[in-house]
Amino acid sequence: MNKFGFAIKTPRSENMDKVSLERYHMLLDREPSFKRCFQCGCCSATCSARQFTEFSIRRVHTSFRRGEYAGLDEELQKCMLCGKCTLVCPRGVNLRSLIINMRQILDETKQ
Amino acid sequence: MRKVAIIGAGPAGIEAASILAKYGIEVTLFEKSETPLKNIQDKAFLFPNFQAAQEIADDLSGKLLTDGITTAFGVDIADIKWQGTEWKLIDAKNQTYVADAVLVATGYQVFDAHRKEELGYGIYKGVITSLDMEQMIKHGKILNANGDEPKRVTFLQCVGSRDEKSGNHYCSKICCVTAVKQAIEIRKQLPKCEASVFYMDLRMWGQGFEEMYRMAQEKYGISFVRGRISEAAATFDGRVQLKSEDTLMGLPLKMTTDLLVLMVGMEASCGTKALGQACGISGDYGFIKTVAPHLYDNDTGKPGLFAAGTCKRPMSIWDSVNDARAAAIAIKDYVESLPQ
Ligand code: SF4
Ligand code: SF4
Repeated sequence: MNKFGFAIKTPRSENMDKVSLERYHMLLDREPSFKRCFQCGCCSATCSARQFTEFSIRRVHTSFRRGEYAGLDEELQKCMLCGKCTLVCPRGVNLRSLIINMRQILDETKQ
Repeated sequence: MRKVAIIGAGPAGIEAASILAKYGIEVTLFEKSETPLKNIQDKAFLFPNFQAAQEIADDLSGKLLTDGITTAFGVDIADIKWQGTEWKLIDAKNQTYVADAVLVATGYQVFDAHRKEELGYGIYKGVITSLDMEQMIKHGKILNANGDEPKRVTFLQCVGSRDEKSGNHYCSKICCVTAVKQAIEIRKQLPKCEASVFYMDLRMWGQGFEEMYRMAQEKYGISFVRGRISEAAATFDGRVQLKSEDTLMGLPLKMTTDLLVLMVGMEASCGTKALGQACGISGDYGFIKTVAPHLYDNDTGKPGLFAAGTCKRPMSIWDSVNDARAAAIAIKDYVESLPQ
């Protein structure tokens, strides 16, 4: 992920009037513990996959929450479902189940 | 003459005792330890005005001399029973006392940091608690695991608070501002030492707190990182390496520090839990439950049984003292309403 390159990028912002949160709501139905996340970053800090890649599980689930799904299925392949994130989450979010459900929903709703 | 028993000689118990005694009510103040004000005496300076804790302890101790207060230190009240018109108090040696009304002011204890094993307290010498740091500040001896002056000290908020894994969903309320206070103390005592605070939300709820936070940034150059540290491990040279995410940058963060200070939260003390259960006034997390938060926050719902201070929930010292004054008025009203 190149954060500050010289490439010309299209301007981006979150448009909360246009975004579709349908898949996010599907996710909350299937894994309601995710409602409690307070963005502390423990999951991504402790994550086994992030030791070797640029993967951040918190950024992935936060993008999902905001209805930004592009590229997420590929990102989620980096997770090895070890469950360390679930062990440390102070809000008791069942992250492993969350990850499996994100993968499934992205697959089911693929255009 | 009416008799009131107060259990716990912390700020709340002593304040309520001195007010009731001034009203001409006979007060017996029970304390499990041999000396009162144990928790304040562990502190160096108090937020938000950096007043020496000893001064507050001395002022409160002075109030113990008010006529009408009998102290019973080293007496552990194990159970209390309603006898129809009065309360019977039973201590651990099975001695009994009677009173028209009882004030529970049995206080808090700090969260045991060993329970968060991933943070390494009790395993790595460089990992300490906010209480340990308070002692170092008090004695002017801030030292790392090797006994040298630290070059970097890092604070972690919410240890044992806002944490489902330790069973405490609540916010302990005083740790945010305490970390800011301690970071400032470190920068005053060791101007060359860096200080950083890892937080999720900085809850600067009281008068003067936000100003302390600004001062920490502007005058003392303390850095604030939004993220919760999830693991810590020792390095070969006795320092501590921690892992977090800088959630504002969205990037993983690694950092080595001389001291990692765990800001331990407040829990109901053992005495609070035991007494609460014995007389059926134990609420969430073992704190004492009162009738309603807005207008009946010193009443327990049992006749003549009241509660004040940190046995109810985390509070600052001045909150406890104010709460004790409110309790004293409620108790005075109650005992005066009793038939002669
Ligand atoms: S389960 Fe996946 S996201 Fe969670 S710590 Fe393991 S690799 Fe990382
Ligand atoms: S550890 Fe839990 S609360 Fe913290 S960001 Fe991850 S999912 Fe959210």
